[in-house]
Amino acid sequence: MQTLNFQQLWRYQDQLIDGTLHTLLLTLVAAVIGTAIGVAAAAAVRSGPRPVRWAIRGYVELIRNTPSLIQLFVVFFVLPGFGLRMGAFEAAAIALGLYFGAYCTEIVRAGLDAIPGSQVEAGQCLGLTRWQVFRHVVLPPALRSVYPAFTSQFVLLLLGTSLASQISAEELFHTGGFIETRTYRSFEVYAVICGIYFALVMTFKLLFAAVGRLAFRWPVRR
Amino acid sequence: MALVDIRNVTKSYGSTQVLKGVSLDIKEGEIVTIIGKSGSGKSTLLRCINALERIDGGEITVEGQTVRTDMPNLRDFRQRVGIVFQAFNLFPHMTVERNITLAPVLNKRIAKAEGRALALDVLERVGLADKIDAYPAQLSGGQQQRVAIARCLAMRPHLMLFDEVTSALDPELVGEVLKVMEDMARQGMTMVLVTHEMGFARNAASKIVFMHQGRVWEEGPPADLFANPRTPELQSFIASVR
Repeated sequence: MQTLNFQQLWRYQDQLIDGTLHTLLLTLVAAVIGTAIGVAAAAAVRSGPRPVRWAIRGYVELIRNTPSLIQLFVVFFVLPGFGLRMGAFEAAAIALGLYFGAYCTEIVRAGLDAIPGSQVEAGQCLGLTRWQVFRHVVLPPALRSVYPAFTSQFVLLLLGTSLASQISAEELFHTGGFIETRTYRSFEVYAVICGIYFALVMTFKLLFAAVGRLAFRWPVRR
Repeated sequence: MALVDIRNVTKSYGSTQVLKGVSLDIKEGEIVTIIGKSGSGKSTLLRCINALERIDGGEITVEGQTVRTDMPNLRDFRQRVGIVFQAFNLFPHMTVERNITLAPVLNKRIAKAEGRALALDVLERVGLADKIDAYPAQLSGGQQQRVAIARCLAMRPHLMLFDEVTSALDPELVGEVLKVMEDMARQGMTMVLVTHEMGFARNAASKIVFMHQGRVWEEGPPADLFANPRTPELQSFIASVR
């Protein structure tokens, strides 16, 4: 039986760190893009003109009902045909941002729907603009109600960044493949990669719990 | 000139006509109490005065200005005409201070210290200065409603509308809210109330309006109206709420 040997991996620690940082960066960029899309699209679905609402529904359904890998290929291989040429990392960030945005739209929409109309009315009666009502009255409690769903989706996004390896974007999983071809230590390599993903996810979970406690401090009557 | 002039107002929801030609004058400093059975159009009339509902016919003017849901200075208008709701509608994620100062800070651009002073001032008027840093969930229903009144007062309104503000409260909490409203009445605030509190209507109101089937059925000073109801509808209403 072959014995485990992690020794050889040690000399690839720089690549592993680099891959981890790229995975983090890819996750954060996609999350920022997706969150911006999600908040804007959820707001537009509620109060935008009909063609905009239809366009958003189409986008959400298309993204949520097709494989993420194909979406990634479309952005990386098809868009250059229309003159949109970009690197693997940029393509991955955009594809994953669009993917995260579709889920975020549904998550934020559910949160906004949970806020009673009487809260909006109270804001209007104080002479607030529509934007002020949305920003100050509706959005904070809506985000609180969907925060657990949002953080779960973020974790799925982080793990999903491994798909970017399929277009050779430099990230953790791609780094794993590279080290494997050099060492032929498949089990050890992917055990370490897996451990790093696990550590990243657990770190984010702790971080999100702390941020949630800070950002949503108001007591709720149950 | 009347502060509020309501002329022949009609309003329907779908095929149901809720207001069937309501006319009413409210003078400055008057305390007008609107009473009547559920579905008589009381709350709808109140919401129309604040342009929360679009009227189908007739006209409402407040301080000489015609009220419309698409009026150009609707936001300014809403700051002059405060409304307090049955369900308080405080913002749960904001402290009492922030609930009160949100609109003045955003729209009148007052400084933070000035905002706190304003919040303290209006909270003292409703007897809740010590709750300035509390969140709505930490307050009783009566306290929440008093904060909602304070939030309205911070806008320095010329007219205040109260839509069944004691109906959602436990009986033992009604008194504290009514006391605040009596104080406001004494200070000369023009108030229009939809209420089931007949004691308050009798003692504090300068005019009672009895609505029935979407119309002003009877109106007059409380002593007259309660002692000598002219219509069988008001007689039976008074009998039912005694």
